[in-house]
Amino acid sequence: MTDRYAQLVNTPIGKLVTKQIGLPQPPRLERFQAGQPVITGPVLLGASGPDSRLAKPLAKVLKAVGADVLTPMDEELRTAAATAKLDAGIFNPEAAPADERFKALVFDATGIQSTDELERAWEFFHPAIRRVLPSGRVIILGTQPEDCAGPPAAIAQRALEGLERAIGKEVKRGATSQLLYVRPKAENQLEATLRFFLSPKSAFVSGQVVRIGPGAAAAGKVDWESPLAGKVALVTGAARGIGAAIAEVLARDGAHVVGLDVAPMADELSAVTSRLGGSFLAADITDQDAPAVIADHLLEQHEGVDIVVHNAGITRDKTLGRMTREQWSKVIAINVTAPQRIDRELFERDAVRRNGRIVGVSSISGIAGNAGQTNYSTSKAGVIGFVEAWSPALAKRGVTLNAVAPGFIETKMTEAMPLAIREAGRRMNSLSQGGLPVDVAETVAWFASPGSAGVTGNVVRVCGQSLLGA
Amino acid sequence: MNPTARRVAVLGGSRIPFARQNGPYAKASNQDMLTATLDSLVGRFGLEGEVLGEVAAGAVLKHSRDFNLTRESVLGSRLAPETPAYDVQQACGTGLEATVLVANKIALGQIDCGIAGGVDTTSDAPIAVNEDLREVLLELNRTKSNTGRLKLLTRLRPGQIVPEIPRNSEPRTGLSMGEHTALMARDWGIGREEQDELAVTSHRNLAAAYDTGWMDDLVTPFLGLERDQNLRPDSSVEKLAKLKPVFGGPEGTMTAGNSTPLSDGASAVLLASEEWAREHDIPIQAYFTDAQTAGVDYVHKGEGLLMAPAYAIPKLLDRNGAALQDFDFYEIHEAFAAQVLCTLKAWEDPVFCTERLGRDAPLGTIDRDRLNVHGGSLGAGHPFGATGGRIVAALAKALHERGSGRGLISICAAGGLGVTAIMEAPHD
Repeated sequence: MTDRYAQLVNTPIGKLVTKQIGLPQPPRLERFQAGQPVITGPVLLGASGPDSRLAKPLAKVLKAVGADVLTPMDEELRTAAATAKLDAGIFNPEAAPADERFKALVFDATGIQSTDELERAWEFFHPAIRRVLPSGRVIILGTQPEDCAGPPAAIAQRALEGLERAIGKEVKRGATSQLLYVRPKAENQLEATLRFFLSPKSAFVSGQVVRIGPGAAAAGKVDWESPLAGKVALVTGAARGIGAAIAEVLARDGAHVVGLDVAPMADELSAVTSRLGGSFLAADITDQDAPAVIADHLLEQHEGVDIVVHNAGITRDKTLGRMTREQWSKVIAINVTAPQRIDRELFERDAVRRNGRIVGVSSISGIAGNAGQTNYSTSKAGVIGFVEAWSPALAKRGVTLNAVAPGFIETKMTEAMPLAIREAGRRMNSLSQGGLPVDVAETVAWFASPGSAGVTGNVVRVCGQSLLGA
Repeated sequence: MNPTARRVAVLGGSRIPFARQNGPYAKASNQDMLTATLDSLVGRFGLEGEVLGEVAAGAVLKHSRDFNLTRESVLGSRLAPETPAYDVQQACGTGLEATVLVANKIALGQIDCGIAGGVDTTSDAPIAVNEDLREVLLELNRTKSNTGRLKLLTRLRPGQIVPEIPRNSEPRTGLSMGEHTALMARDWGIGREEQDELAVTSHRNLAAAYDTGWMDDLVTPFLGLERDQNLRPDSSVEKLAKLKPVFGGPEGTMTAGNSTPLSDGASAVLLASEEWAREHDIPIQAYFTDAQTAGVDYVHKGEGLLMAPAYAIPKLLDRNGAALQDFDFYEIHEAFAAQVLCTLKAWEDPVFCTERLGRDAPLGTIDRDRLNVHGGSLGAGHPFGATGGRIVAALAKALHERGSGRGLISICAAGGLGVTAIMEAPHD
């Protein structure tokens, strides 16, 4: 799981040589350390004119996370900051010294009502974009085009996706870029999402579009140090790799983790869960009675479950012409059929508690398609279908359903790849490196947060803005 | 206000033209300048041989021998030697603070009239012996035995010849006032052009005041100087734009053109009760209504060194039931153009006004056409102790001419201090 090239580039000599011969320069990404603040450098907050509707909620969140904030001398923004009791500094692009730097640029683009007015985005980013620090964050907030008052606004808001993705490719040194579409009445649902995207927890997530809705449940008061305290989380495929990392991060956030894996992995599984103070269940999720066994266990031991992470997945790679029926069906059964069966059982027996969270694990292969992985790509696209098909119905029960779609993540699975394919996978993204299991786990933990009630129906890639499927 | 307090009248003021450092006043001492200024006031108001209630004045840069600078100046003046006097020192707030002190005594009935003033020379500056040398010399003085004295003399070193020259820097930060202001300008995003524009306006307003004869009864020529030496009537934004920054590094916005130069000069104002003014048949130019000082923690809390007036003024406004916009004249001391602009921006800023001042809403903007209408420190220069008297006298005259209305004074000072005051025109 070591990326020796990245290590080499981050030595003085390695950097010199690789830069001279034009090789990619994977930066060291900042990652979250327990006890660390959400963001460690100055945040520049901007807005796009009088129709911007998020200045106040943004100021409120930035105040809550203790960020050091600056704004342009704009009356509405300054008033919003004052209302939020945010002691924000002033950024005047015409007078700012060259060494003024920002850890994050947060731009409320909801005031942009036409493509002409997109110029306001240029006005905000032009003097600021080259001031972004390493592992910095660019976050644009817009209004979902479907929610816009008319075509001109809808077109302009849709255009923000292009801006956000292009910025993701322009900002170097580990900085990321996101677009958050905030639906009407969702203004108070921003905090969990902003905390995630401002912090190093989102180190390997870039170029994403996330939709935030009003949510079935009020975000309520969240203990951000231990947001999942008192929650029970089922994680399938938890014995190792990404699953173990998910179990670990959910436990760090306070959840009791019930790890699930197949019987042959029981030793590794119990090692993970006992270390985390959780419990485990050995089962094959494709067994006919597995959903009932899982539901029984959760109801008997924990009176239900709050978070279900359908992480268990396998690959059986072969080109379609050479793939056996079994290779096909087993991948489909584990990766996409089992999650449906488990959920059906859990909901029928009312085992998922109110404000519950279901998280699927898709893949960039499910978005882009991957040669030699027709079965896997199909199953992972199916996970996206699962999110799309079920999230509206679950929203009525106060349950969210989202999926992560990992790109190249450094695991035993990717370690087994041939060198050339592995190197291509690693480097072909805006961050020029593979992600870590923890990057996927942090994204799952954001979905799982009680503060993420407004986040449902999203598929968020954890891929460093991979070129594949983009 | 104390119900027994009396109204305090400002009867007028006088000053000598301000000179640049090492200019015409290079060899004039603080005492020379203050005495000349007192005498000019004496001449103007017929105070020769008069016993006044008190004279309060001071200087920022002072020789140790000038421990009784004001009293010595009174004794050298044409005032009656029985007039008591004392020294005041509050950095650049000295002149206005002296005015507050005299006014308060008048208000309380402790005195009926008094002079407040200030003076400073940056040319005839005190130079102290080297700190190492001073220690040796003091020890020598304390030592009784000859062998002990000889031993001490072996501690003398050539390097100890280098004297201690007073520096314009903050003892607790080591930064000069200009460097501190550059930090403020950065915090508030103050640009070069707006600073240069303010400087040009200051020069132009002052030049117009001289040209129209408005300054004639405020300034008394001294040592051949008739107008402020720093004044550049033909100053323009284009010319100022050519100057290199002197504070805030190579890309700084502060230049010699939009910062006040070191200067020499003195000023004094005559204050009295209404009765005293009537008895002496001297018209009242204005009333000194109220004053407020403030300090800021620029050492630990990151507030700007020269932002204290931004805190003092709101208190003063509240106590007097006034809004920031209720004034016909604003006299904001232009230590640096950036200081004035930071202060104005702070009052307009919802964040500053709620977070730092604890108010519900910003104080708002002022009409810039009412700001330093007869010139400011950028044009006139700024002998530290003399600026307060310059401003009080000019504002009193402006209010008297207008016949109604109010004026607001704001002076920032080293050490994170601010001295502010309200004056109003006499009305029936």
